[in-house]
Amino acid sequence: EPPGVPGFRSWRGVYWFVFLFFVLVVIALTIFSRVHA
Amino acid sequence: MNVVDWIVLLGTMLGIAAYGTWRTRHTDNLNTYLKGNKSTKWGTIGLSVMATQASTITYLSLPGQAYENGIAFIQNYFGLPLALIVVCAVFLPIYRRLGVYTAYEYLGKRFDRKTRLLGATLFLVQRGIQAGITIYAPSIILASVLGWSLNLTIIFTGLLAIIYTVTGGSAAVNLTQKWQMAVIFGGMITAFVVLLAKLPPDATYIAGAMGKLQAVSYTPDPRVRYTFWSGVIGGFFLSLSYFGTDQSQVQRYIGGAALREGRLGLMFNAVFKIPMQFCIVMLGALLFVFYQFDPATPVIFNQTEWRRQIDGPQGATFKALEEKHAALHADKQEKIQRWAAVRGAADPAAEMAARTAMLQAHKASDALRKEARDTLYAAAPEAKKTRDSDYVFITFILTQLPHGAIGLLLAVMFASALSSKAGELNALGTTSTIDLWRHFRPVAVHDEPRNVRNAKWFTAAWGLFAICFALFVSFAENLIEALNIVASIFYPALLGVFVVAFFLKRVGGSAVFWAAIAAQGVVLVIFALGKLYPDREIGYLWLNLIGCAACVAFSLVLQAAIGKQEVAR
Repeated sequence: EPPGVPGFRSWRGVYWFVFLFFVLVVIALTIFSRVHA
Repeated sequence: MNVVDWIVLLGTMLGIAAYGTWRTRHTDNLNTYLKGNKSTKWGTIGLSVMATQASTITYLSLPGQAYENGIAFIQNYFGLPLALIVVCAVFLPIYRRLGVYTAYEYLGKRFDRKTRLLGATLFLVQRGIQAGITIYAPSIILASVLGWSLNLTIIFTGLLAIIYTVTGGSAAVNLTQKWQMAVIFGGMITAFVVLLAKLPPDATYIAGAMGKLQAVSYTPDPRVRYTFWSGVIGGFFLSLSYFGTDQSQVQRYIGGAALREGRLGLMFNAVFKIPMQFCIVMLGALLFVFYQFDPATPVIFNQTEWRRQIDGPQGATFKALEEKHAALHADKQEKIQRWAAVRGAADPAAEMAARTAMLQAHKASDALRKEARDTLYAAAPEAKKTRDSDYVFITFILTQLPHGAIGLLLAVMFASALSSKAGELNALGTTSTIDLWRHFRPVAVHDEPRNVRNAKWFTAAWGLFAICFALFVSFAENLIEALNIVASIFYPALLGVFVVAFFLKRVGGSAVFWAAIAAQGVVLVIFALGKLYPDREIGYLWLNLIGCAACVAFSLVLQAAIGKQEVAR
């Protein structure tokens, strides 16, 4: 079945969302490290 | 621990057992519950996957790891979201189409019996060793609370886990898994709030200046254990083998739930795992700051063993170390406060001088701590088995949390550690019976009562192996790292077998069987060389890439050599 999550029509969209979320988390952690160096 | 804590602790333990027994009086419901059914929702699957991965060791050992080495361990999880996407897109549909219930059953269908046997054997070796490590979690809790020696608590909790698993008590406790997770989360949040209330306003900057908040490192040096690269690449293969080939995880999402629910449950983990682990490692980094200011900071957190030495024949030596520590601790505190005072000022030279003085004071205090540790290990060699950092969080719980909350949190952590221990022994017992014993005694396949009896004997045997392993083998690693290192040694060749099974249709059973054995040999040799030449040792996460790639490459070469007479079925 399609994911059935509002805003996502296909599973490929869900996978891209998870990937981009991960990229954002890594960027946030990198900034956090630099600020507290 | 006071009277209130003991009442809450014993009441909770009895309550968990009573609730489980009441719920399991109708066995039919239990089977449905444990196997999952068609109506299992993604939230339940997601939480169950998360609870299986985050055992008591995570809550006890991870804050200590961050206390000691900073929050760089978070990079270990960088490959996890990417691996879960691959599991959802590739592994899950294949497992479901073939209707297999164990991952090794799939290897038997795709290749042959000997490859299935190899897969099961690698699983048993890895999980058997890990069972000898996970036994430390409940043992450390008991040793800290009761003041018993660690060896005694290892034997006690090991035997308790065996009795508990063989008599089927673990099923009753699994029923309360959701409540256990809720209480542990509640306990972690309580600990965080209590900690924040006791911290100075500059806490994160102090932790940062002392090198505890370097979350991401982009250095390409493979000898650095946790970097962005080792996390994304090595961590990807480690997570892929854990979620894609480990029976304890595979059964969570192929146990009968609809495909959509299984996928959403895994995606839930892909999104929330890193933020959750970040909270736990931050707890450890902030504990570090708390113990820079707490006047009662112990020299050694394994207070049970330390106090025993204070009362022993060498008591004077240990007392002298304590006094030295108190003086250095006060000096360091003063240096930290001086740095915090000039941190925001416009004079960078004064800030630099204060920072240097602070780091030197920290170095001196660390050197004394090391001297104290060496003295303790010389007097009590059994203390060497665990890293002192594994006692940091339990010490904080026992000394800083409100009474009542201590008893509740420890009872649930102990119950949770015991039930994950039982789950592990169960998996070892059933895999030994189904994939090994029945293979060598095919006549027994239909003798169900005998199989059940043998599974119990195997479970007890693995439990005894775990106790002996914990008693006689000492790991010079933090518990959570020890588990990841063992996984990185024994998983990658097995993952290589699955990668070949999915992607290389023309490779047959014999080629992949010998390729996996050769790849396992390569990984063991690299690991051993790293121990012989520590200055050239590569970070253990890279073993996951090396083992998997070696298995795939060897199987292609071997298949070309063997020829195409044995084509995949």
